[in-house]
Amino acid sequence: MKQRFPVVVICALLVAALPVRAAAPLTPEQQAVHVLNRLAFGPKPGDIARVTQMGVQQYIDAQLDPESIPYPAALTERLGALDSVNRGAGEVLGEFAAYQKQVRDEDEGAKQKRRLGIARITLETAEARMLRAVDSPRQLEEVMVDFWFNHFNVFSGKGVDRALIASYERDAIRPYVFGSFRALLGATAHHPAMLYYLDNYLSTAPGYVPGGRAKLAAALAPNAPKAKARGLNENYARELMELHTLGVDGGYTQKDVTELARMLTGWTYDQRAMVRSGETFRFDPQRHDAGTKTWLGREIPDQGQREGEYALDVLAMHPATAHHLSYQLAQYFVDDNPSPALVERMARTYLDTKGDIRSVLRTLFASAEFMAPANVGAKFKTPYQFVVSAARAGATPVSNVAPMLSAMSQLGMPLYGCQTPDGYKNTQDAWLNPDALTRRITFATALAAGRLPLASAPPSPAMLAAARPAQNAGAAPAPAGPMTMAAAPVVAPLLDAAQLQATLGGAISSRTQGMVAGSPEPLRAAMLLGSPDFMQR
Amino acid sequence: MERRDFLNSMALGASLVLPVGRSAWAATAENPTRQKLIVVMLRGAVDGLNVVAPYGDDNYLRLRPQIGLAAPGMEGGVLDLDGYFGLHPALAALQPLWQQKKLAFVHASGSPDATRSHFDAQDYMESATPGRKNTPDGWMNRMVTVLPGASTPSRALSIGPVMPRILSGASAAINLPNGAGGTKANILDSPAIGAAFDQLYAKHERFGRAYQDGKSAHKEVMEASMNKEMQMADGGAPLPNGFPDDAARLATLMRNDPKIQLAFVALGGWDTHANQGAGSGQLANRLAPLGHGLAVLAQRLGPMFDDTTVVVMSEFGRTARQNGNLGTDHGHGNVMWLMGGAVAGGKVYGDWQGVGDAALNEGRDLPVTTDFRSVLAQVAERHLRLGDQQLSRIFPAMPQRGPVFQLMRA
Repeated sequence: MKQRFPVVVICALLVAALPVRAAAPLTPEQQAVHVLNRLAFGPKPGDIARVTQMGVQQYIDAQLDPESIPYPAALTERLGALDSVNRGAGEVLGEFAAYQKQVRDEDEGAKQKRRLGIARITLETAEARMLRAVDSPRQLEEVMVDFWFNHFNVFSGKGVDRALIASYERDAIRPYVFGSFRALLGATAHHPAMLYYLDNYLSTAPGYVPGGRAKLAAALAPNAPKAKARGLNENYARELMELHTLGVDGGYTQKDVTELARMLTGWTYDQRAMVRSGETFRFDPQRHDAGTKTWLGREIPDQGQREGEYALDVLAMHPATAHHLSYQLAQYFVDDNPSPALVERMARTYLDTKGDIRSVLRTLFASAEFMAPANVGAKFKTPYQFVVSAARAGATPVSNVAPMLSAMSQLGMPLYGCQTPDGYKNTQDAWLNPDALTRRITFATALAAGRLPLASAPPSPAMLAAARPAQNAGAAPAPAGPMTMAAAPVVAPLLDAAQLQATLGGAISSRTQGMVAGSPEPLRAAMLLGSPDFMQR
Repeated sequence: MERRDFLNSMALGASLVLPVGRSAWAATAENPTRQKLIVVMLRGAVDGLNVVAPYGDDNYLRLRPQIGLAAPGMEGGVLDLDGYFGLHPALAALQPLWQQKKLAFVHASGSPDATRSHFDAQDYMESATPGRKNTPDGWMNRMVTVLPGASTPSRALSIGPVMPRILSGASAAINLPNGAGGTKANILDSPAIGAAFDQLYAKHERFGRAYQDGKSAHKEVMEASMNKEMQMADGGAPLPNGFPDDAARLATLMRNDPKIQLAFVALGGWDTHANQGAGSGQLANRLAPLGHGLAVLAQRLGPMFDDTTVVVMSEFGRTARQNGNLGTDHGHGNVMWLMGGAVAGGKVYGDWQGVGDAALNEGRDLPVTTDFRSVLAQVAERHLRLGDQQLSRIFPAMPQRGPVFQLMRA
């Protein structure tokens, strides 16, 4: 923080010095394309005309108020059929634990059944996410789920998080994406998926001796080495400040990390209570460090669970947090190196509204920087954005998400498969590389030629298992095989190039449109989805 | 005590600088890509004190009563290296290289920056500018820029779906996917489709270079992997997926395509905050395929291994004390591994001060007594034969020119 305030001053001075680069302002249609690329995962057929007609401001307002947009019955029905997505965390964990117990059974068939059962739990979650991303009319909500999930990333391949990931997204992320940041922060901090992923569930006062619960944990995961809760674990406390709130330059020290970890001792969950009664959080006073802490220059007397809640209050309202979150949002929505002036304005809104995410987004979308012609198409799509936007533009009804999950894995972005707590980046530096372009072109070509079984029967766990993240973190996630999709049989309708061009409108440059028009008809749709223009948003 | 005196005496006698003229001249000989460098980065901070464990220090097992490795000869015990340090038993595949003096370690090494953030620390290790986040390129990319001779895009390659920070920058570099996909035909090999996309991308301002680099590297790699002689050499037993398999493929490519000179592979999953295990368990399960893969790499490079240096590094070490959950938290100093025909192996180098309470950095982890850049610079100077000017471009503002010991054979 010592460094922060001078930066703020400099930022303020730069407001005047950095006018938005002069260029012809966007036409209404260009604005519509732009907001569809940023507030949504790209246009579906008819979207550009619809948004142009209603006006971008109205579109933005509606997207910021998702309840005002009716949810399609067909999508609701599809989601309702995904068992793991709709059950409570405890219920799914119970099923998972039952599978885990079968590990003693050496029979191959039983092993296979267990593997597929566990795969189904995580993969139904992935299916729900992809269906919503492609088909939900509340697109900004889906965009924000992508953003906040990465901000508060957990890795689904780690232990019980396979079973908890659905609840985490549904209960800790999705309800809070537009509301108070403090509420979102609190929901992630209390959720067992996060408590487990960053080890806080094990963190205790020094000298704590675990009682009967350790034995129960052993029964739930009999083949895992015994996790012993016998002292401090600072993993969550560090990432809470570094990634979730203040940012790495937010002005805290190693001592602050350790002291915050002490304040959070006792924040845990009880697996048996979760399975039995759905209890997902427990503060265990026995584990809590009752000593006085000194954190961020404050003296913290012993107050049990309230110490952790107080820490979340302080962190959520900290100017460094306002700045860190504003920078990340601006980087996601505007360009890879957002203007300090914009970030500063957003941070001010954040502090003025006590961390209201919707208000910060309003400031962002209303900014000159957001609509600046220089920033149109400035973002390189992440693999997730590329795959979802292609499915939307192609408008093939999706009943099988496996080809999309597989493509994302091959492109280095398996869904729920980011092992590290920083989540996936969204910058060009992170995703543009020679191999990625070839793979994106391969996906585009297969989609255009009807060679992706998107419209086939919903995937079996076995099919999806091929696309799941690596379970043994010693190796990088294994991509699901070489580029065989180019030679796959035609199983879906071919995309119509003229229709596709109409859908994408001004998102495709006249340069590309000319080249496509001069090419043989069967290649045209692939060229559009594999074009440089479609790599960016 | 004896140990420190020995290292200090080495320090006094060691010469830090090679005559620049001669080494620079050697590198521009007719085969400029002959000397190879492979960097393996363990993302997540591997627990170096359980990779090369100071079992000879009584403090070691005092700090790690449950997760510390037992003495040599005991169940799950270390493989003795020098009577004081021992290698994790899961790395048994590397023991022959140690015995052949082609494997060395530099202990208590790392970045001088004090951050315990994985992400900043990795960034610094890849940019080789600790404390400076706005360095635009990675040090391996700058290395490509200064290496003598003409470069093809595949001179520097990474295995993995994304381009790592260490290789990004102005010079061309390519990335190949994990698994066999990278060496198979792709959609752009179809003439009609290839022509269509060439037109869209060839001169494209933003994406043209990545596209072209991908095309030419693919051509090169396809030619290399189709080389019959190498297919014979590689016709050994199939390898498990993951690193051993990728390592074997990398060795094949490098032998078949002499234009490949620098390679990078990153492996994750080392952030063992809980239940890391000792002789067996979580860390052992990750080290085993790493050791196996490195041994496969050495073996399959064949004679080329003599001209290759492999460096294994990780962003920082972990706490000397086990934490309350049979794991370790973020630390500072770590161990670097060096492997190759030119490595003066069979030794654990470093200014080692033990793991007694007074020796620990901030009372919790290993100090950094050797700057990672000085190790890399010595490899660059003595193995890749780069001169002062080139070194200062790769490792700008490096306070210390080289470690006080010679890691490479003269």
